[in-house]
Amino acid sequence: MVQLTLPKNSTVGKGRHHPAPAGAKNVKTFKVYRYDPETPGNPTWDTYDVDVDACGPMLLDVLIHIKNTMDSTLAFRRSCREGVCGSCAMNVGGRNTLACTHGWEEVPGKEIQISPLPSQPVVKDLVADLTLFYAQYASIEPWLHTTTPEPQGEWKQSEEDRAKLDGLYECILCACCTTSCPSYWWNGEKYLGPATLLQARRWIVDSRDEATGERLDALEDPFKLYRCHTIMNCAQVCPKGLNPAKAISEIKAMLVERVV
Amino acid sequence: MAGYRTPLGRARGLGAAKSGVGHFIAERASSVALIPLVLWAVWAALSLAGGGYDDAQAWLRSPINAGLLVLLALAGFFHMQLGMRVIIEDYIARHSTRTVLLLANLFFCWGAGVLTVLAILKVALGGGAN
Repeated sequence: MVQLTLPKNSTVGKGRHHPAPAGAKNVKTFKVYRYDPETPGNPTWDTYDVDVDACGPMLLDVLIHIKNTMDSTLAFRRSCREGVCGSCAMNVGGRNTLACTHGWEEVPGKEIQISPLPSQPVVKDLVADLTLFYAQYASIEPWLHTTTPEPQGEWKQSEEDRAKLDGLYECILCACCTTSCPSYWWNGEKYLGPATLLQARRWIVDSRDEATGERLDALEDPFKLYRCHTIMNCAQVCPKGLNPAKAISEIKAMLVERVV
Repeated sequence: MAGYRTPLGRARGLGAAKSGVGHFIAERASSVALIPLVLWAVWAALSLAGGGYDDAQAWLRSPINAGLLVLLALAGFFHMQLGMRVIIEDYIARHSTRTVLLLANLFFCWGAGVLTVLAILKVALGGGAN
């Protein structure tokens, strides 16, 4: 059956409390998921009373502030700090987002809960193991497939055909959508998930690609593609404002077009 | 853990079944068919509500009414089987349990569908109530 509760060794217990420094005027509490594979025991919720006057406006600013001044053991991924690399994807207040482009003031509630992307194994603290996610992306062969000998210059594409890639090529593979999808939680080993399918659509619709049929063949499967039930969490959480559910429905429409 | 299997091997799994579009189309086609059929059936049930068995039987003797009712039963159980299949595939992870439930779903929907059609035909083609 579907797992509706956390296994015993994943139940999150109460952790340490880190008070705000003396004299802090504007304090906000952040409840952060902590897990260290090298320390025995279950994960915990650590609370940090952060002097938000001392850090920037984004959630990533808060996390960096915590790591620099309050608790250097906190682990999280980050790189570009401007929503391009997708490294700092995490679950904030029950919603997947990029910590770098999401202001902490936008998160409702007295305290802000931060945990790793759901449904994936946790490497440490806020770092999720996305090995399968990346492998699923690789499985759709995200590069141009052609049989025609390469032209002297570049493969040409009209402006109209190039425009068809808009809303698809912007995906940064942060995994916010895929790990927010209940269908992916239940069947993540077999369902490719919204991010991978959006990327699949990106290559299917590319006018320069000559393997459209093979790409559709590789997706026509009750699990790889048809686990999408247009739940729409993907479109809700995408930090780039993309709509993977729409891309998936366009793939389904193309499969229908082949037979009807 | 999947042992030493590479992540890509794991992601590719058994490959694509190259089926699914048929199920997708059947699900939608049956739901489209069910819209007018259900509306008609509700209207028919309401208009027959006051009468007795003989009235209902007289109504069902019309080939159009009996035909539409048989179509409603077939489309309904067919659609139910398709929908339940998706629910079972979604929520039952264990392959053996999933297979047993998928078979149970198939047998139940076929069985109930056939019995419903026979019941309709029995009333439509049979004699009076006594």
